[in-house]
Amino acid sequence: MDAVKRYFRSPAAVTGLVLLLFVVAMALSASWFYPREPLALAGRPLIWPFSNPRFLLGTDNSGRDIAAQILYGARISLLIGGVATLIAIAIGILIGALAGYYGGWIDTVLMRITEAFQTLPNFVLLLVLVAVFGSTLTTVTIAVGVVSWPAPARLTRAEFLSLRNREFVQAGRTLGMKDIQLILGEILPNALPPIIVYASVIMAVAILLESALAFLRLSDPNVASWGNLIGLGRDVLRVQWYVSAIPGIAILVTVLAVSLVGQGLNDALNPRLKGR
Amino acid sequence: MRIFRLAGRRLAASIPTLALILVGVFLLLQFAPGDTVDAMMAQMGGGDAATAKELRKFYGLDLSIPAQLGNYLWRLIRLDLGFSSIYGKPVASVILERLPPTILLMTASLSFAFFFGIVFGVIAARGVNKWPDTLISILGLIFYATPSFWFGLMAIVVFSIYLQWLPAGGFENIGALQTGIWRTLDIARHLVLPTLTLGLIFLAIYLRIMRASMLEVLNLDYVRTARAKGLDETRVVIRHVLRNALLPMVTLIGLQAGTMLGGSVVVESVFSLPGLGRLAYESVVQRDLNTLLGIVFVSALLVIVVNFAVDLVYARLDPRIAAEG
Repeated sequence: MDAVKRYFRSPAAVTGLVLLLFVVAMALSASWFYPREPLALAGRPLIWPFSNPRFLLGTDNSGRDIAAQILYGARISLLIGGVATLIAIAIGILIGALAGYYGGWIDTVLMRITEAFQTLPNFVLLLVLVAVFGSTLTTVTIAVGVVSWPAPARLTRAEFLSLRNREFVQAGRTLGMKDIQLILGEILPNALPPIIVYASVIMAVAILLESALAFLRLSDPNVASWGNLIGLGRDVLRVQWYVSAIPGIAILVTVLAVSLVGQGLNDALNPRLKGR
Repeated sequence: MRIFRLAGRRLAASIPTLALILVGVFLLLQFAPGDTVDAMMAQMGGGDAATAKELRKFYGLDLSIPAQLGNYLWRLIRLDLGFSSIYGKPVASVILERLPPTILLMTASLSFAFFFGIVFGVIAARGVNKWPDTLISILGLIFYATPSFWFGLMAIVVFSIYLQWLPAGGFENIGALQTGIWRTLDIARHLVLPTLTLGLIFLAIYLRIMRASMLEVLNLDYVRTARAKGLDETRVVIRHVLRNALLPMVTLIGLQAGTMLGGSVVVESVFSLPGLGRLAYESVVQRDLNTLLGIVFVSALLVIVVNFAVDLVYARLDPRIAAEG
């Protein structure tokens, strides 16, 4: 596998992978390290980090363990980021494939809708969706996915436009294959690699969007989310700034890891474009 | 003017897009729990069903949804965005009051990101794969991954609480009634941290694009010609490379206008700036759906206007674009 070898030759890509595995390990080990509910009261409020061995990263305004919230928060961020990305990619591929394959008025209508979604700032649309459907974990995840699909749709459409008249597709058509067979079986597998690489960008943005929403207290308040914790810490920012600082670093590391892995994949799959 | 005709045609093409957005969001808001009258009744501290019915009739909320939509669009053509029950004023004047801080913030952040994006991008591209390039690229990646609201909070901790150099929030010092230059300076001081916060992510994007586009242009034949005729490197970069390398940067302004507006929602909340973004947040929390719809309209309009301006600049930078139209 040349691509794998190329991936591991890049220090940035390897760093990203290590960081990402670390975050995944945090998410998986959360209930092992902290079997108790992370949002339960654990001790005195506002204990500084590293001052009490029982609370390695200290406690927040209401005496909840910050370390436990960080570990459980990794679950929430990866879950929301991952599922929202899948939703965005699924909608994007559907719209982009239909528009690119059929062209004509279908293309025009679908692209107009895509343009409308791109003209509206996605955070504003996210606010509208949360205002309408409320802010539970499910609605927030779907909302983040729904505001993120236009870019993969455009990407898919461009790939389909360039692939739909290639010889292998024409050969399939001559063999009497149906449109759906051509789209799913012939064109899509060839269009997929750049879309998968782009998924890392969507995931990074999705994690940032959710944390911003949670910071504004518009995400699900009943789960341990990094953004929620930053929002809470804002009330005690003047002295106990660590309550906000720690979860922010967790978000930074996660988003950085996802971006580095995506960039590494891109360079490994398209070696000629390296350095761009 | 050819350029204007071309950009004008694209502007006209965005009208259906705008209509699509408004219809879509209007229909979406019909699913929201509670309407304007509910919000008003809550504001008044409750009331009986008869009053509610009376109010619904007054605001045309007892009509069918298509009829309400028709009414809304018809009023919109006359630039009437409806009435905000929370603020007790027409939505248009509420938004107009909140627009200047947001536009100021966006312009400042954009200029900051654009200027330093060019500077860092050029430095990185000039010494590709040497240490300044590596350092700038790593910083760019970190800036990109930083949540803006968190950066804002940390900047407040460092610059407002510990060093006490800059104010932690607000648009201006309300206590001191300042005028003229002093007021301008005061507002500028208040906007330093918000501008940095909002601009940072865009700086990361701009410097990456600038670096890539510089690298591409630096390898073109006409640059080799310029070097061969004995121009020094600075002049080659400034006179010959920069202008062509700027094209993707200008495109990016149009693409990022919406993201920037979305980012200002968060940044304005962090620094309690009385802008459009904060208004959007407040109207969600207070369920002021009329205002929210108005903000959707204005922000889409803003994005369209920015893209129109970008088209004009683009055609100026690259005459071929106007000629092809």
